[in-house]
Amino acid sequence: MAEVKYIWPDNHKSAYIGKRVVRPDTLEKSTGIAKYSYDVNFPNQVVVRALGCPHAHCKVISVDTSAAEKVPGVVLVHLIKDKAPAPGGDPIEIQAEGTLLVAVAAESEAAAAEGVSKLKVQYELMDVFVDDQNLAAAEAAKRTKAAGGGIELDDALGEPGANEEEKAWEEKTIQKLFQDSKYVVEGRYGVDVITHCCLEPHGATVYWEGGKLRAYLSTQNVSTTDDGYATALGITADDVQVTCNYIGGGFGSKFQPGYWGIAAAEISRKLGRPVKFLLSRDQELKIGGNRPSGYIDVKIGADENGVVQVWDSHHWGTSGFNGSTIGVTNFPYVFHPKNVRRRATGIITNNEPSVAWRAPNHPQACAITQTAYDDLAAKMGVDSFDIFMRNLENIDIPEKASLYAEEMRIAAELIGWSNHWHPHGKGNKRGSVVEGLGIGIHKWGGAAGESNCKLRVYPDGGVESFCGTQDIGTGTRTVCAMVLAETFGLTLDAVKINIGSSTYPFSGASGGSTTVGAVTESHRRAAQEALAKIFDLVATKLGAPADKLEASKGEIRVTGYSDKKLTWKEACSLIGIRPLEVNAEFKRGNSPLSSVNVGGVQMAHVAVDLETGVVKMKKLVAVQDMGLIVNRQSAESQIYGAMIMSIAAALFEQRINDPKTGAFVNCEMGTYRLPRLGDIGELVVHLHEPENERDRGVIGLGEPPAISGITAIANAVCNATGVRVPSQPMTPQRVLNALRSAKG
Amino acid sequence: MAKPSSDQFSRRAFLKGSSAVAAASAVVTSAAAQEKSAQSSQVIAGETTVSLNVNGKSMTAKVEPRTTLLDVLRYQFNLTGAKPVSSDGSSGASTVLIDNRPVEAAVTLALSAVGKNIQTVESLAGDAVPKAFMQYDASQCGFCTPGFVVAVRAFLNRNPNATEEQIRAGLNGNICRCGTYANILQAAISIAKGGQNG
Amino acid sequence: MKNFEYAYAKTEAEAIQLLSVANKSTAVLAGGTDLVALMQSMVVAPDRVVNVGDIETMQHIKRDENNNLWIGAAVHLDELLTSPVVDPFPSIKQVIQGISSVQMQSQGTVAGELLRRPCCWYFRGGNGLLANEGRMVIEGDNRYHAILGNRGPAKFVSASRLAPAMISLGAKVRIIGPKPEQEQIVDIENLFCTPEKTDETEIALAAGQLVTHIILPPDQGRLSAAYEVRHGEGPDQPLMAAAVRFEVLSGLVTESKIVLGQVAPTPWIAREAAMALLGRPINEETAAMAGMKAVSGAIALSGNEYKIELAKVAVKRAILRAAGLETGCFESSTCETAAVNFA
Repeated sequence: MAEVKYIWPDNHKSAYIGKRVVRPDTLEKSTGIAKYSYDVNFPNQVVVRALGCPHAHCKVISVDTSAAEKVPGVVLVHLIKDKAPAPGGDPIEIQAEGTLLVAVAAESEAAAAEGVSKLKVQYELMDVFVDDQNLAAAEAAKRTKAAGGGIELDDALGEPGANEEEKAWEEKTIQKLFQDSKYVVEGRYGVDVITHCCLEPHGATVYWEGGKLRAYLSTQNVSTTDDGYATALGITADDVQVTCNYIGGGFGSKFQPGYWGIAAAEISRKLGRPVKFLLSRDQELKIGGNRPSGYIDVKIGADENGVVQVWDSHHWGTSGFNGSTIGVTNFPYVFHPKNVRRRATGIITNNEPSVAWRAPNHPQACAITQTAYDDLAAKMGVDSFDIFMRNLENIDIPEKASLYAEEMRIAAELIGWSNHWHPHGKGNKRGSVVEGLGIGIHKWGGAAGESNCKLRVYPDGGVESFCGTQDIGTGTRTVCAMVLAETFGLTLDAVKINIGSSTYPFSGASGGSTTVGAVTESHRRAAQEALAKIFDLVATKLGAPADKLEASKGEIRVTGYSDKKLTWKEACSLIGIRPLEVNAEFKRGNSPLSSVNVGGVQMAHVAVDLETGVVKMKKLVAVQDMGLIVNRQSAESQIYGAMIMSIAAALFEQRINDPKTGAFVNCEMGTYRLPRLGDIGELVVHLHEPENERDRGVIGLGEPPAISGITAIANAVCNATGVRVPSQPMTPQRVLNALRSAKG
Repeated sequence: MAKPSSDQFSRRAFLKGSSAVAAASAVVTSAAAQEKSAQSSQVIAGETTVSLNVNGKSMTAKVEPRTTLLDVLRYQFNLTGAKPVSSDGSSGASTVLIDNRPVEAAVTLALSAVGKNIQTVESLAGDAVPKAFMQYDASQCGFCTPGFVVAVRAFLNRNPNATEEQIRAGLNGNICRCGTYANILQAAISIAKGGQNG
Repeated sequence: MKNFEYAYAKTEAEAIQLLSVANKSTAVLAGGTDLVALMQSMVVAPDRVVNVGDIETMQHIKRDENNNLWIGAAVHLDELLTSPVVDPFPSIKQVIQGISSVQMQSQGTVAGELLRRPCCWYFRGGNGLLANEGRMVIEGDNRYHAILGNRGPAKFVSASRLAPAMISLGAKVRIIGPKPEQEQIVDIENLFCTPEKTDETEIALAAGQLVTHIILPPDQGRLSAAYEVRHGEGPDQPLMAAAVRFEVLSGLVTESKIVLGQVAPTPWIAREAAMALLGRPINEETAAMAGMKAVSGAIALSGNEYKIELAKVAVKRAILRAAGLETGCFESSTCETAAVNFA
């Protein structure tokens, strides 16, 4: 057999790749048949509810479980390791409200919850600090930590003199650059902490079977979560089987079993009964995952054309009690002036540490830096579109400049930029309503993750694959099926995709928009290899060279000879008695099937009611490049979803901590505001596919469109009102406050 | 000008212990005149076995007064389409139909559903709504989807010819975290336009 | 949830009997949207829950011989919304439409909505209605808290969205119990009060009392409207609310009532604002002036000054909406927001 050359089919030959393909499993999800970890029930199962620490910072001195144990239906009260002291044990410091201390297993959720309410815990309260916006207060409270920074200066500016202190020279040089700037803009911008708020809370349903753990875990990481369990439970990974057929949202927060997942396994081992342990809604918001905040003081200097020549910023924010903030690397975002000085300070607050949220750091970096570019346009009184365009001459991936320019023009066309544009704050007012436009641009890597696929072709023509990946809303099953069907010339229902189990070949976690790249790599490789073997058999049978064969429409035929062919079934019967099995392996790196780096532009059109501060979306446009599109329909859906998440972060969601106690006060769905169907306005998606875009192969798409929409909306509000609302979300309160401050 | 507090009703317990007033009314009968049948009505304490009519079938469950309809459906009948997302009635994820009315099973006591027709998303397997959801890709992670499907069905039952504007204004009882609203909107529009509401 | 006894009442008389049990706290269940949520989080933990949702006499909307509309307490919100006999009271329909959730409209009942417990996050977080005599609110995050009637320990805002409209329309409630023969009809505003001590609540009903009907007097051609400022769609609490009703003769206001919601521990009757309209025509200027008057006694807490602005706007817009003069807000300017484009 000749060596297989991995390649995607030409566009005009594709039966599935790049087409709109309906996801069949949506029907399972829509009718309640799909079973999530929360839905899996086993006979004799107990349900766990846990006590979340009511204090943001305290020592847990002791726990009295006696009353809880007496509650009818309660089966076991379990102290969570390292969170609640065993009788006589040393007090344990807790640094975030909601931290689970004690788990109560019972015959029903209600009994477990009642058990929790009967726990008596002795706490020693400690100082609480949660104000992540107030840097001075954090410094006074000794709650800050340096979080990186640095300086880059144009080589043409020379070097410090022999006797000159470096810092002093840098300062002098930066100040000189500002003096030489035609326009200088100073601003303060910010984005609040948001939480992942997965609708299926974190957790699992687990049981033990002969010393082996079976975990139905809500996870984005089917293949390697077993290690996390094994280490914590003192067993080996082969004793753990993780299953996740469906997951109700993860967004970067579900890569580990979590200490609650470990506790579930421990309780199950103690009781010898299946255990269901998922977080309650408030716990999901408090400890299930959050995205760090960032607030920035920035000064930029631009030349007469509005091209930024110098950037100087200091930002701060919190990632919870580990005290970090958004990484400085992407400041400013996408744009990269020749001279940049930046500094970051983390604030230690009494909150659960942050975890990855869609496109970690990018949405925040975009929102607190590209707003400064928009304010430059406002100061100059010129069109924001022009300022963004002109600054494409200094971006961090220079070869993408023309692509961004093209995407900007398409987006402008789609939103009617030239019709609706007016200088900041200078638009027509209808009653109390003003409208405005804004832009944001973004980038993302999206390289395919590692993935293995076991493929079986049965002598009767059956095809199935096994892959330890998962469907986090991606449409993973459908893209895998599309690749196999495409390669074998079969219909989608002729192939069976098995995912969601750690017993299947390793496939990477679904994070960083790596999944579609990963699974299409492994599936295409496996299918091409299997097909080559089948072609060899068919070639012998038909007396034609293997390289003249093609698989299409359920047949394998000799190219150019319509009568020289076998049906797929006939061809597979040549395999023999045992199925043909191929194991394909893809490691990250260069590949003809996938690559890296996408970009996109989003433009927003908003209406702002100046009397109420309420912002309404009129229209949001996304233009996105992404290499080879696999499932066009899913690709569009991913972008719509990401745009709606941008609306959420721009206008609605935020964690609100009580300033004194640190309590997360809006930890329910009714108070943790998210947009609803009526809040989204008109959404327009444009998949940007210039000539040769397909040749780049598959690149991740899920996260990038969740980046720049927030910025576009923020800039649109500023354009509408002529006033910068400094922080996201732009709640009516914040809009009114900004308008009032501007009036003086 | 300071507002005197008497301007507002701060008459706590205004009603406490006040005697009966004569209220001649054509439409209500005074409580005292009604049949004294309280003895015959049920007071249930502790666990009891009840029969619930779910998706056209009579099913038996063991419930306590505090047991929610959602818990019975999910844990005893293994009907897990309705999801536990919030207990404040704000997410719509646990939506079911009771006597054709959309309600959140998470804030419905099982006992209060006795004697009524309960319809869960599982009964809509052949309905146009899930099909439209599939066609318009109106689901990502899918955890909110069953609640949305039932809500769309209930909404369109009442507004079979709903316009896009009405759908945008009326389907706000459900929350989706993945952001599938644009596709749900299209799915709902397609049904309203396609007249698949019978 | 703590366990409780469940009692099912088929008649009003049964309900009263079931609600009056010695040494037991009782709660009335109708739709359950609020009570079950509160029991889940153990903010309330009654010993007995009496389901009144199926009491036949409380399920209808009927007119009496004096043309009063009797709305059964267990009538669902959507039934009110679709009932033609409620058409003369647009403010009621506007509020229910604003809830914009088919589930909450269909599950929630009229009395349940009126008697909804406060959404104050300190109360819902288990700190009691007064949250340490108001101190938690003063020192805490009070962006949604009271700007009027907030000088005592109560800083929360009344949760009912229907109450301002009902009060402005001069509604009354029929209350029975706690003794079987007791029955009274009182102005609906008397249902609400401001607690001053930790054991008091914001509802002026005594234990064992039951609201059976809301009685709306005939509209007699008066104008009414409600306006809520909402941070997005959905059933969640609005930021601000106002309801108005007035009578205009020969272009001048002869009678007027203005009630605010979301501003105080009770629905807030803005008498001064209403007085200011008397003898004047309705226009942008008089409506704005009424808005100013409505907040003349307002005192902002540390983080809710914006609500004073919102209150002015809500009053102004409710007045203009009632008079059919609404201008300048999204409702009149952005309705053309069109189809999702699936290019």
